[in-house]
Amino acid sequence: MRLGPDDVVLWQYGFLKLNATVVFTWFLMLVMTVGARVATRTLSTDLERSRWQNLLEMLVTAIGKQIEDVGLRQPAKYLGFLGTLFLFVATANLCTVIPGYEPPTASLSTTAALALCVFVAVPFYGIEDQGVGGYLESYLKPTVIMLPFNVISELSRTLALAVRLFGNMMSGTMIIAILLTIAPFLFPIVMTVLGLLTGMVQAYIFSILAAVYIAAATRSRKSASEPVPGT
Amino acid sequence: MDNLTLIALASIVTAGLTMALGSIGPALGEARAVATALSSLAQQPDASATITRTLFVGLAMIESMAIYCFVVSMILVFANPFWNHVITQAAAR
Repeated sequence: MRLGPDDVVLWQYGFLKLNATVVFTWFLMLVMTVGARVATRTLSTDLERSRWQNLLEMLVTAIGKQIEDVGLRQPAKYLGFLGTLFLFVATANLCTVIPGYEPPTASLSTTAALALCVFVAVPFYGIEDQGVGGYLESYLKPTVIMLPFNVISELSRTLALAVRLFGNMMSGTMIIAILLTIAPFLFPIVMTVLGLLTGMVQAYIFSILAAVYIAAATRSRKSASEPVPGT
Repeated sequence: MDNLTLIALASIVTAGLTMALGSIGPALGEARAVATALSSLAQQPDASATITRTLFVGLAMIESMAIYCFVVSMILVFANPFWNHVITQAAAR
């Protein structure tokens, strides 16, 4: 029994391995890049628009609004990173309707890579917003005693981010596989539909959590600039 | 019983226990969260967007506990490191 698309090795030369995860990720990258390129080739500002432009505008506006709702003041600055995360995870999870496709997010290496991106992006945006000193000072809040706990939470939430997405997608495919052996016809279809819903929710949650972490790293300055009563 | 049987027995029983005990807590937590969210939705339908978003994020946080348990039990059943260790030792002998 295999736990994910990592175990499907399509080509091997020495220690270089080409497994299904990499291939499906390339496939997604190709589809999304070419799709975005084709859709934005004929942009127009008047009332007559192509439907692809409408779709993309809807997506970008909705993602920007969600980012703003979380508490980030300038959504355009974070739209590139968070929007890419959301679109990649959502497309990877939604493509499970294609027969023979296995979501690359059902492999721990993909989700760990995505979580590491968030792990790097949070200090990046934090330092960009309030400087190295200001960002490092946020680890000492509310008191110095909290320093080790803040560091641990930084690490553990990255692990949680990776394992959550991996566990959800892996359990989806695995439950379908188990149900196929027990009740072959109807139940797997229902569970596939449920898996699509779970995939969308997980994509949403992954990007929202990344936005929340970035907001937490950039928010400190705002509260520090306000006069603190009683001090 | 030899080592292999012991490891298999312990792994299977532990995997079952992990799922059983590990799903009680998240189930109770999610039930409480959804019940509270529903009652606040009934009281304030205007704030439904905020409540729903917070609910989903919170549910994902709670559910990740159950997912951790699931991952651990999957590792115990399908990718058990102790089992593999004993198998490689037996093969080397």
